[in-house]
Amino acid sequence: MYAFDLARPTSVADALKALQEEDAQPLAGGQTLVPTLKARLAAPSTLVSLRGISEMQGVCHDDQGRIHIGAATTHAAVEREVAKDYPGLAALAGQIGDPAVRNRGTIGGSLANNDPSACYPAAALGSGATIVTNAREIPADDFFEGMFTTVLEEDELIFSVRFPVPKVSAYAKFAQPASRFALTGVFVAQFDDGVRVAVTGASEDGVFRWSEAEDALGRDFSADAVAGLSVPAEGMIGDLHGTPEYRAHLVGVMTRRAVAAAG
Amino acid sequence: MTKVSMTVNGKPATAEAKGNTLLVDYLREGLGLTGTHVGCDTSQCGACVVHVDGEAVKACSIFALEAEGAEITTIEGMAAPDGTLSAIQQAFQDYHGLQCGFCTPGMVMSAAALLKENPRPSEQEVRDYLEGNLCRCTGYHNIVRAIMAASGQESAVAAE
Ligand SMILES: Cc1cc2nc3c(=O)[nH]c(=O)nc-3n(C[C@H](O)[C@H](O)[C@H](O)COP(=O)(O)OP(=O)(O)OC[C@H]3O[C@@H](n4cnc5c(N)ncnc54)[C@H](O)[C@@H]3O)c2cc1C
Ligand code: FES
Ligand code: FES
Repeated sequence: MYAFDLARPTSVADALKALQEEDAQPLAGGQTLVPTLKARLAAPSTLVSLRGISEMQGVCHDDQGRIHIGAATTHAAVEREVAKDYPGLAALAGQIGDPAVRNRGTIGGSLANNDPSACYPAAALGSGATIVTNAREIPADDFFEGMFTTVLEEDELIFSVRFPVPKVSAYAKFAQPASRFALTGVFVAQFDDGVRVAVTGASEDGVFRWSEAEDALGRDFSADAVAGLSVPAEGMIGDLHGTPEYRAHLVGVMTRRAVAAAG
Repeated sequence: MTKVSMTVNGKPATAEAKGNTLLVDYLREGLGLTGTHVGCDTSQCGACVVHVDGEAVKACSIFALEAEGAEITTIEGMAAPDGTLSAIQQAFQDYHGLQCGFCTPGMVMSAAALLKENPRPSEQEVRDYLEGNLCRCTGYHNIVRAIMAASGQESAVAAE
């Protein structure tokens, strides 16, 4: 690792001030960033730890029934705290990595990183969540720009994520057994005004909505309704774990499993 | 370099650390507690698992400064001061839950975190919880047996 300073602010105001410094970078759970630093793929001057900022921790509800999750809330805390009110999201958080990763990794870090195989991007896009930063509110539909890229500006900090709660939902993940990331994962959510289907792990452009399946499920919310649909293999990720054709096939299978699990 | 203090295995501890000093290096090199192992250094293997404020954490994936003031438990803190092994450690010995022993500190610390959360887990729950702990000697069956026995569920794991 290159040398850097570690700042531990206790308020958002102090964190934003610390991030003004040249080459400063936020550190949330470090479960992605620490391995990146070890590989010398990043060379920040200062890491600004978000863990001590209580304003960025925890889960609360608003009067419209939406769930607000602080960006520095760990996967383990989300799994525990939304289990009753948003079981589909809790189950997704509980499938990320392993227990030690879930005790440190955070929702804000996962969304900012936008790994094409990460789980939370599917939940955010599949729920129609809103990413709240220090500067603005960004609908999930506009947030993800492609592999490891988002619309976040330099020095922009995710503050919280706001989730509308669907009637039913489920995440079906085909885990890549070595990394435990999604080889392909599908989040399905049924709202009063329609169904959302978000696919992670499959596309070279990162997480995406499968609109054809959304339309079919909007008419008939059953695994059979999507049985005849498929996505083209073109643009899907091909690597030693699976070909583009295999991933395209998994998109259909995991969508049906998610719908069946959501019931 | 700054002096960083935390409570390790119930006792106050202080050692020097830089911004980029990992917790595992602070423990091993700063405090001489070499029971916590580094297997991969890429967050994959779980040999370095310790408890930070009661939660299982990979000590190779957090910085010492992030743990300033925290309560840390390492494998050295598991046995009683007179050397009597904890129930989990004793079960690892009784059920041959270790071969070379490299993964064992992390396995024991993960098992301890599991049994605190879930004192009578099913075998599947044990396997799921150990997802992030790799054993190169592949002694997984005996590790699971040991943890089941340590949770008082010996009958479920009668030796084959
Ligand atoms: C063994 C292992 C298995 C894993 N398995 C999975 C899995 O199955 N599914 C999955 O989805 N993920 C998985 N992960 C990744 C894990 O969920 C990470 O915790 C997560 O991707 C990053 O979150 P973090 O809090 O650790 O962020 P960090 O590593 O601290 O940061 C990641 C990036 O986000 C930036 N950042 C952090 N917080 C903010 C913020 N609030 N605003 C703006 N930028 C911010 C950082 O500067 C950095 O660039 C796994 C990781 C490991 C080590
Ligand atoms: S050394 Fe920490 S996970 Fe392998
Ligand atoms: S006993 Fe050798 S690595 Fe597990």
